[in-house]
Amino acid sequence: MASPLTVTVVSADQEVWSGQASMVVARTVEGEIGILAGHEPMLAILASGEVRITSADGARITAKADDGFLSVENDTVTVVASQAALVA
Amino acid sequence: MGAQLRVYRQRIRGAQTTKKITRAMELISASRIQKAQARVAASAPYSRAVTRAVSAVATFSNVEHVLTTEAENPRRAAIVVFTSDRGLAGAFSSQILRETGELGEKLRGEGKEVVYYLVGRKAVAYFSFRKRGSEQAWTGGTDQPVFDTAKEIGQVLVEKFVQDTDEGGVDEIHIVYNRFVSMVSQVPEVVRLLPLEVVEGIEEPGEQAILPLYEFEPDADAVLNGLLPVYIESRIFNAMLQSAASEHAARQKAMKSASDNADALIRDYTRLANNARQSEITQQISEIVGGADALSSAKK
Repeated sequence: MASPLTVTVVSADQEVWSGQASMVVARTVEGEIGILAGHEPMLAILASGEVRITSADGARITAKADDGFLSVENDTVTVVASQAALVA
Repeated sequence: MGAQLRVYRQRIRGAQTTKKITRAMELISASRIQKAQARVAASAPYSRAVTRAVSAVATFSNVEHVLTTEAENPRRAAIVVFTSDRGLAGAFSSQILRETGELGEKLRGEGKEVVYYLVGRKAVAYFSFRKRGSEQAWTGGTDQPVFDTAKEIGQVLVEKFVQDTDEGGVDEIHIVYNRFVSMVSQVPEVVRLLPLEVVEGIEEPGEQAILPLYEFEPDADAVLNGLLPVYIESRIFNAMLQSAASEHAARQKAMKSASDNADALIRDYTRLANNARQSEITQQISEIVGGADALSSAKK
């Protein structure tokens, strides 16, 4: 597999999660989107819902992100939401 | 005890009590600056991400957005004033209100009507004492701002900006707040928030000078529509956090000098009290000696 994605989840007052991941699944206003390494640069508006991250070691991380956006470039994924929190 | 001595002792006690209060406030502020600074730092990734995204959209779409277009001839401007809720913070609030006054004069000189939005009880008190009107005010929690307040302010401002000028909307929005430079320096900052200057007003997009060609979902306009309010909210939130950190720093400085002054007062009054006590004793001795003298000379 190609080099993993670098994922950061940030909310207005803190960085919620950051690390290496193999896949990110998010719900945008147009529907669910899955992002793997090598995805083209993209900016998308998120619908409220969960962002699921499969981290590099295979663990699954779920974060709640409301009214934010998602940017992808050079295998760097940034999930930005005013309210974001990890779901245990 | 002589009357003079009693007065000095009272003054010393008064200064000591005041010093206890100012010292406590100084220590509280000192511990809160750390937290406030940490919050400014913690919000940095968010504003960086938002700024980067906005620059990306702005560079790649030739968009004419309502939030970025300048009004043909602006007639009404809004000023958002960020002060503190409580005083005893040196020139913190007054320097902001002074800047606000100057900005208001300048805008009025350009033929614009000025409306005010106030944040913090100090600004509200200043305006109501002078019987000046304000559109809306937010008080409470200036020393620990929450994002919800920033969001609310942002929504109100964007709504007003989009509204037609004839119906009470505004053409320009400026913000005045204290920028936290260091523990000893907080600079009042005046920034025009809207209309946005996307072309050169936005900070450089980071280490990579050239942004990649983005795909927008659903499309560039929709992304920009969603992003700009977020960008404004993040700018406002940043101003609030900076202002909170500055408030604590200003208060710590003011309370430190107040404690130092109390120390000086206590020292001076202690000297005077010692003097008074000494002269009282001297007087008593001379009275006793004089009395004994008089008695012994009368016996002869």
